[in-house]
Parts: sequence; structure tokens; C-alpha cells
Amino acid sequence: MSSSTADVTSALQEKFPNITARDSLDHEAINVPAVDVLAAMQALRDEHSFDLLTDLTAIDWAEGADPRFVVVYHLYSTTQHSYIRVATNCTGEEESPMAPSVTSLWAGADWHERETYDMFGIIFEGHSDLRRILMWEGYPYYPLRKDFPLAGIETELPDPEVAAATGTPVIAAPMMGGPFVASTGEMNMSEAEPKAKDESWSESSEKPEA
Amino acid sequence: MATEFAYPDAAAKNATGEFETEKMSLSMGPSHPSTHGVLRIQMELDGEVVTKAEPVIGYLHRGDEKIAENMTYNQFVPYTDRLDYLAPLANNMAYAIAVERLANLEVPERCQAIRVITAELARISAHLLGLGAFGIDTGAWTVFMYAFTEREKLYKLFEELTGARFTTSYTRIGGVSRDVPEGWNGRVDEFCDQFLPILEEILAMLTRNKIFMDRTVDVGVIPKEDAIAYGLTGPNLRASGVPMDLRKDKPYSGYEKYDFDVPVGKTGDSYDRYLVRGEEMRQSVRIVKQAIKNFPEGDWYAKDAKKIFAPPKDKVMSSMEELIQNFMIVTEGPQMPAGEVYFEAENPKGALGFYIVSKGGGVPYRMKIRAPSFCNLSILPKVCVGMMVSDVVSILGSLDFVMGECDR
Repeated sequence: MSSSTADVTSALQEKFPNITARDSLDHEAINVPAVDVLAAMQALRDEHSFDLLTDLTAIDWAEGADPRFVVVYHLYSTTQHSYIRVATNCTGEEESPMAPSVTSLWAGADWHERETYDMFGIIFEGHSDLRRILMWEGYPYYPLRKDFPLAGIETELPDPEVAAATGTPVIAAPMMGGPFVASTGEMNMSEAEPKAKDESWSESSEKPEA
Repeated sequence: MATEFAYPDAAAKNATGEFETEKMSLSMGPSHPSTHGVLRIQMELDGEVVTKAEPVIGYLHRGDEKIAENMTYNQFVPYTDRLDYLAPLANNMAYAIAVERLANLEVPERCQAIRVITAELARISAHLLGLGAFGIDTGAWTVFMYAFTEREKLYKLFEELTGARFTTSYTRIGGVSRDVPEGWNGRVDEFCDQFLPILEEILAMLTRNKIFMDRTVDVGVIPKEDAIAYGLTGPNLRASGVPMDLRKDKPYSGYEKYDFDVPVGKTGDSYDRYLVRGEEMRQSVRIVKQAIKNFPEGDWYAKDAKKIFAPPKDKVMSSMEELIQNFMIVTEGPQMPAGEVYFEAENPKGALGFYIVSKGGGVPYRMKIRAPSFCNLSILPKVCVGMMVSDVVSILGSLDFVMGECDR
């Protein structure tokens, strides 16, 4: 299969010279500039039989990275039995990244793009109904961004009337970081070791200032 | 003098044109017996006909992907139990293989066979529940009772193997948590032998059942093109006539060694989805019996992967090298190279995918879980329009989704 998908990359590159091969440990993968995404995806679907959009998501390379957000598509061919990974860097400001919507090609992209918007705040241009799907309407943050803490951030209840009547906000998870946390890729043993985080605060004793 | 009596409906008699009806909005769920969990469907009705159906999801959102970024690979295994919580063993396997692809690690044949047996038993257990719940949705209680009797036997086997009935957490990266107990394979074989006639009995209660057929035949038809466009996978896609089965198309864990058929539907209605699931259970039994017959000897975990799979406990207690090895794996996690992989396994509900982006080390940088139930549900607004409210119940039952996986 790998040889036939390698042909896909070179065939696409003839049409779209800005497409480059992407590092990958398994399937064929390509980087596509945002302007070419729609046309390239259509070519993949119609000419190379990648008919099933199996997954659509994004990666946040953390604050300050350029580009910070990358949208990743996985296509599967139900006839050729192969996958291809398509990645595109988001355009626009860091706070409001943008990517083209592929809902015109796959109806199923609708929910995937809503989820990616919900979790990362990526705006899909051309999506007819871009609103939150897993979090509630009016939630102010994008939880899968790297600057969002694992414990969450206190917010108001979704319904202002309920919030006013109860006076209760949606509070952050009780243990910042969970009971066991290992740090990413650090070789400092005492830092990398999973350990019980400071849980000495509870409802009765105040949470220490971070 | 006789006066002409004006009948009250005279105006209606003389009126031209259609009846004006008012649209009614109906919220079904999030805690409704036929939504199988916390799914809410915001419907707009014209009489009893659905004109618009908008699923509202996210009630069970736990942020699994965020959690995964904050713990080592092995620590995430219990979270995979809670995706499709009706087939945790299949989820465990899909996740473990995804991470092993990242490490470019192939587990020994015995381990592969164990995983295949557990995954297929999980498929039987998930489909049994799916059938039972579908039966209840369409008014057949008995099927549920029969199905749960069989599931109980499966749970006994799972408990013996993994120590847990429901949340098994059985796999580790590079192997499984323990080898199969003495005589377990024989008990699985016995289960299969007694299960086949009972399965026929269960299916016979529905397959030619007039009430069941009235509720399912030509209800919720999903054409082939729609099924692919919406990213349906698993039995729902196969019922629409697409013979996609990743166990056949992209074999993993040694599935290429087993002989089994992929059932495919004709019209893609609720009845076809039921038939496909029924046949899949027969095929799963076939696979399990083959795996037990040719059960390989040898290691049940990747012995050479010293930075990935923890050494046996007795060695840890007596040997310095193994102690260090164990310590490093527990504290830093199984060590992975940098890079990205995407792996999908054929789970009972469809293709469960894990997209892992690693920067190296024991913790993923980003992990996306591609949940089949999420994609399968996204077709609901399309397939429900024009159906009766009671048909929506039947469609939901036939799509067989799990909200734990859909909301993650």
C-alpha cells in the first residue's frame, strides 16, 4: 500500500506544488497550505478514492509557536484500504485561528469541525453552523488549548437564572492536575516522577493562591 | 318558519386548502429510557412526524483527551475502559496497539491471540446488550433477559481473567496485565459451545417477529453514499452495503490468521443493522474458537521492550536491574520516540481511532480519540426527518451508540 500512496503524494504535488511530505511513523502524510485544502481534499476524494473522512482534529503547539494550530485530517479509502494524513497550518491571529471547512465535501465533517472549534477555538470558514458541541453554549474557554489548566477554570453556570438563584458557579476540579501527574519529556527525575499533588485544601480549608 | 341550521363545521366544509398545523417542539432526553444514556434530541414535530431532529451531546464530557496529555501511557489504560464501556477489552486493545505502533513494537503471538479472544468476547457482550436494548425499544422484553443471562457468563470469564467484571483495564503497552489463568481457554470454549444455540434462540425471537419487523423494516434507511459521507463505520456502515471491516482490510493483532466472514446489509434500514449484528456474533464465536484451537505457546508480553513493559514482580524484588527498569517505567512511563501515529481498530460500535502525537518520553503531547459513536450519531438529523416519533426510538436502538464514547 505504501507505494501506491506515495504515488498519491507525487500526483498531488504535480497539481499543487506547495504540498510537501509530512513526517509520519505510519501512513502517508502531507502538509497542505490552507488555500489548497479544499481542492486537494476534493482531488483525494474523487481521484484517489479516499472517500471516508474518518477523523478531523487539531494540534496546539503551545503559545508562541508559529504556527500554533495545525488541523489534521485522516482519510480512509474503503476500496484501496489505505489511510492518508493531511495537515494544514491555521491562518489568522493566534487567538482566532482559521481553517477552511470541508463540510461541502463530507457532511460528517460538520460535527468534527464543531468539536475542533469547541476545544481549540479554530474557526472553520464556510461552516454553516459553527457552535459548541461538547461544552455548553456560552462557555468562555477552549479547553484543549495548552494554556488551559487541567483542573479547569471557574465559570458561571450556563443559565443566568439558575446561577442567580443558586449563587453557585461551575467550580474547577478539586485537585489541580489529578492525584498523579508526570511531566512531559523532562529528564529531571524529581520533576518527572508522578507524585501526589498538594491536596491539603478542601471545602473547609482554603485553596492556596497559585 | 323553518330556518336553516348552520352546522359548526360549515366554515371548514367550505374552506379551501390544507389544514394549518402548528409545529410542536419536543425535547427527548437527556434521561430518557430509549436514548441509551445521556443523549438529548431536540425535535420539531408536525403532528407525529419529525420535521427536525437536533442531537444535543456533551452531557458526559470528561475531557479524556486533556487528561491523556497529563499522564503516562499506561496510566491512561483505565480511561479507555470508560469510552465504549460495553466493550472495555476491545478499547484496551485498540489503545495498546496504537501506542505500540508509535514504539514500532510487535507483541508476541500469544499476546496477540489473547487480545483477539478478549476483543471478540467483548464484541459478543456489546452486541448482546445492543440487541437486548433494541428489543426493549421495540417492545420485546424477553430478548433482553436472554441476552443478559449470556452476558453474565461472559462477565464471569472477564472477572477470572482481569479481576474486574466491567472496567477491565487489561492491556499494558507491550502486553497484557497477566497471562490467561489455567483452564480459562477451555471455559471460554465451553461458553462458545453453549452460546451458539442460545444465540439462535435469541435471534429467532426477533428475526421473523411481525411486530419487530413492522418497527424496523424500511425504517431509518441510510443509503451507502450517506453512510460514507457521514463517516459511519462498523455494523452501521456494513448494514448500508459497504463491506468495510478493518479486521479484514487492515489486519492487526494477527486477525489475518483467522477465517471469518463480513456480513453486509442490503438496504441500510434498522432491520439490516440488526441482522448484521446478529451475524457478527456468530462470526466472533468462530474467531474465538479458532484462536483457542491454535493458541500459541511462548511469551505473553514483549520481553525485549525493557523500556516499555515492566518486568515480572518476583524479578523486581530480587534483582537490581529489573528494579531500576520497573522504577523507570512506573515513574517516567513507557518510553516512546517522537512522531505521530493514527491507528483504528474494528470495535463493536465501529472504528475506534487513536491519533497520538509524541514529543518523546512517557507522556503523549496530544491524543485524539476518534469515537465511532460520535460519527454514527452525526447522521441522526438527516435520518430522522420524515419519520414518526416512534421510529426515532427504533433508529436510536439500531444505531447502537454509547455516550461514554461519544462525549469522551
